[in-house]
Amino acid sequence: MDYEKLGLKMGLEIHQQLNSQHKLFCPCKTELVDDDYAELIQRRLRPTQSELGEIDRAALQESLRGLNFKYENFETHTCLVENDDEPPHSLNEEALDICITIACLMNMHIVDEFHTMRKQVIDGSNTGGFQRTGMVATDGYLDTPYGRVVIESLGLEEDAARRVETKDGFTEFRLDRLGIPLAEITTDPSMHDPKQVREVAYMLGQILRSTNVKRGLGTIRQDLNISIAKGARVEIKGVQDLDLMSEIVEREVQRQLVLIEIKEELEKRNAEVLEEIHTLDEIFKDTESKILKSAQTIKAVVLKGFNGLIGREVQPGRRFGTEIASYAKKRGVSGIFHSDELPAYGITQEEVDKVAEFLKIDENDAFIIVAHDEDIAVSALEEVKRRANLGLEGVVEETRKALDDGNTEYMRPLPTANRMYLETDIPLFKIKPERIEPIANNLPELPDAKQERIIKEYKLSEDLATQLVKRQEADTFEAILLDVDVDATPVASLLAYDLREIKREGHDINILNLNHLKDIFKLLSAGKIAKDSVRKLTIETIKTPDKDMGEIAEQNNLTMMSEEDVAKIISDIVAQNESMVKERQMGAMGPLMGMCMKELKGKADGGLVNKLVREEIQKLL
Amino acid sequence: MTYKEIARKYIENNNLSIGDTIKVHKEDISYTGILLDRPEDADDGYIVLKLSSGYNIGIAIDNTKAELIEKGDKPQIGYGESEIPHDPSKQNISVVSTGGTVSSVIDYRTGAVHPKFTASDLVKANPELLDYANYNVKALYNILSENMKPEYWVKAAKEVANDISDGADGVVIAHGTDTMHYTSAALSFMLKTPVPIILTGAQRSSDRPSSDANINLIDSVIAAKSDIAEVCVCMHGSLNDEFTYLHKGTKVRKMHTSRRDTFRSINAQPIAKIQNSEIKINSNYNYSKRGENSLEVNCDIEEKVGFIKSFPGISEEYIEYHIDKGYKGIVIEGTGLGHVPNNLINTFKRATDENIPIIMTSQCLYGRVNMNVYSTGREIIDTGVISGLDMTPETTYVKLCWALGQSENINEVKEIMQSNIVGEISEKSSIKDFLN
Repeated sequence: MDYEKLGLKMGLEIHQQLNSQHKLFCPCKTELVDDDYAELIQRRLRPTQSELGEIDRAALQESLRGLNFKYENFETHTCLVENDDEPPHSLNEEALDICITIACLMNMHIVDEFHTMRKQVIDGSNTGGFQRTGMVATDGYLDTPYGRVVIESLGLEEDAARRVETKDGFTEFRLDRLGIPLAEITTDPSMHDPKQVREVAYMLGQILRSTNVKRGLGTIRQDLNISIAKGARVEIKGVQDLDLMSEIVEREVQRQLVLIEIKEELEKRNAEVLEEIHTLDEIFKDTESKILKSAQTIKAVVLKGFNGLIGREVQPGRRFGTEIASYAKKRGVSGIFHSDELPAYGITQEEVDKVAEFLKIDENDAFIIVAHDEDIAVSALEEVKRRANLGLEGVVEETRKALDDGNTEYMRPLPTANRMYLETDIPLFKIKPERIEPIANNLPELPDAKQERIIKEYKLSEDLATQLVKRQEADTFEAILLDVDVDATPVASLLAYDLREIKREGHDINILNLNHLKDIFKLLSAGKIAKDSVRKLTIETIKTPDKDMGEIAEQNNLTMMSEEDVAKIISDIVAQNESMVKERQMGAMGPLMGMCMKELKGKADGGLVNKLVREEIQKLL
Repeated sequence: MTYKEIARKYIENNNLSIGDTIKVHKEDISYTGILLDRPEDADDGYIVLKLSSGYNIGIAIDNTKAELIEKGDKPQIGYGESEIPHDPSKQNISVVSTGGTVSSVIDYRTGAVHPKFTASDLVKANPELLDYANYNVKALYNILSENMKPEYWVKAAKEVANDISDGADGVVIAHGTDTMHYTSAALSFMLKTPVPIILTGAQRSSDRPSSDANINLIDSVIAAKSDIAEVCVCMHGSLNDEFTYLHKGTKVRKMHTSRRDTFRSINAQPIAKIQNSEIKINSNYNYSKRGENSLEVNCDIEEKVGFIKSFPGISEEYIEYHIDKGYKGIVIEGTGLGHVPNNLINTFKRATDENIPIIMTSQCLYGRVNMNVYSTGREIIDTGVISGLDMTPETTYVKLCWALGQSENINEVKEIMQSNIVGEISEKSSIKDFLN
């Protein structure tokens, strides 16, 4: 596809959880919980009125679904703030500082004063009915191999509650995630090439990872804004896999192109969505279709001039009918039947003919059937009519969800920009130059640069360096080496590999502090312990963290012997095996080394043992 | 405009007004947005812009230049009045607002929240109210709950009495929650009522989608239509948006700074539970029925009443001061069963000698004052201190204001304080009356 000719424009919006100790507006930890909840509370949300009694478009849409909410609370992991039963505490300055770091790395301008806003969201994912959010910085940029990309804004906001399930008219949320600080980064919509979007997403990920942010599944969420000249802006939520980015773009462009074709065709045919909702209960009273049989009522609408177009594929495996169905589903039906796909699902040709006759439609027209109880069927068909009418306009501005195969699915209308007002419970927060300067002067190295540098500086293998950076242990590594004159490799390998294994064996590695690690490597550096003992000594330190390191090594038999004692043991072993030495001469080296190392492992350096064994053998020859 | 000196001058010198779209140039960046007003308590030297994204930011105006992009329209606040339908088959409920807001309108352009007070505002914000009754709405005064004064109780009592004589079938009073239980106690003593008088409020302001105002208001209307002709408080019964409790106006207290279910019956149980538009009355309750009493207003009160909490180390000066300053009565919130350190006992004696009644209540809130158990208590009784029995300290305070309005004679005041006028005193302490 010739994206340039199509006028493709893309922008990215990235949400990254920050790794602060506490949530943005309360002292709860920023951790998700797998435990059973302690209590469930039930809530309702109502859209509030804005000026002239107009309720926001997206907010209204959500409220029409008429859902009630349940929230899972925890005794220690959540508090009354998440419940919306206590006003927010003051802004988490640690989270703000992380954002300032990110802003500096992206060449942004930090605002003089941070104002916390309430952004109305009444899908239940925020107990208050709004998300708290504020603008930290604007107008930055990133230079990419495809040219400069403008970073429009950096926001600091609360993450939403985790949706658990929807049943019996209630949507249940878990409150553990609500309030975890999120950085929201928005680029301008000026990217024209899917490869550039992927590159920018990667670069932003690298920048974020060099700061104190959360790692792992679900901690970073990428949304894609996309439009083509004749189409409309669509926001695609939750693009997890960067490699899928190009596929998603291609399929979205394709979808918009087909929707434009459908619109042009509908115009030619003078197509029209008829208002009336018909009841088909009589026609289907003896139907074999299981779905229709079990429904309270069967209703239909007529789409004049739509025949053949509802079945038109807009994305691989998704038809225009799927687009219409996804609107209807928001009102509680599990799907729709449209005339382009019938007869099917147990509905016979005879029944289709009867419906066509009853609805008085001709071969250019289409119909859509919904089966459910009265209220839901009518409400779903209202949405069907609305979506079909929007089809006459071409592409609709929507928020869509990224699916695993690169397709997208309708979620909700695009939010209008104006649903924000000041959070009066939180004082305005000045960001003075005195706060920014020390942060700007101590910016973290980006991961790639850091990896390259430590390979060079410490002569580490690429593999060790990669692991250190990936596991965020590079700083600890450097702090140890700053103080202790010791070979870098054992330090790196403890941090990059052994610590993980030790943790897996069930030891709490959080007990270890930097001083413990320094003390361990000071013993190694002084020749008091062998390289092989580092791992064992680490485990023993976890068991008795308050003891002196030398004492721990001593008590666990990990200290090296004096050269004199080593020589004595070796000379004894060689003497006991005199006959073998006489017989095999230097060939006895191997077996003798084995015997000595068995005795001396962890108490003497292998090189020293080797040297002494050799000398003892030579003495006998 | 609440901008202070520096920012005000800056705005005036640049010929700008709130609502204008402006561009502010700083050394290396410029911002375009709508100029907004600034919270009154915020520092000078900054202006507030609403960016096109909807975010507000504060800009330090030092070394900046401002440029007018477009003059703003004067914000049109709220919507026009519209006729509320009157259904003769429905009861007439009078809604009195005393502060706080019955509904709010958010102006998203500027982010301002405008409190609304009229009946049509109320119905627009809560259209389901029309299913229940006809409404007559008025804003009596607009003060913060914490600024409530005894004189406002009188004003409210008179207003409510007028509504009732004008034919209201029930009254709902929208009130800030901080001092709602004082007002409910005051109205309980001041009014004998043939119809329900229900106080309600919200712990989460009505400008947010999660506000408890809507449910509290609707359930209050249901209570106001009921058979319970008493002064009551109707508020959330749990953390859920599920049901409300109707508490007796003299036996209720705000017990939590922020939870929705902050109001609790103290030394009593709620009169009724309202859930899904149904009111379930506690069968143990002996309440005044609709029409049983005819309307009587008795608003005479004495405002010069002291209210002192005892604490370890409290000095007798606290009491002396009140006596010296001419207070007509003092409520003490004592410890435990009704005790104070014995250095206060002589001042109590002085007060009684000077005809100033002292009423003893307990910081425990739950339970009954009984000064016979310990020797300090017996000494306190000997000075003439009157027991507040099982009344909350707040109800005792309100009742003493009212009792002193009825009589200046200390013996008569004692008589009033210890008689059960409107159910404020219960003789029996039920096992179920604690922490419910």
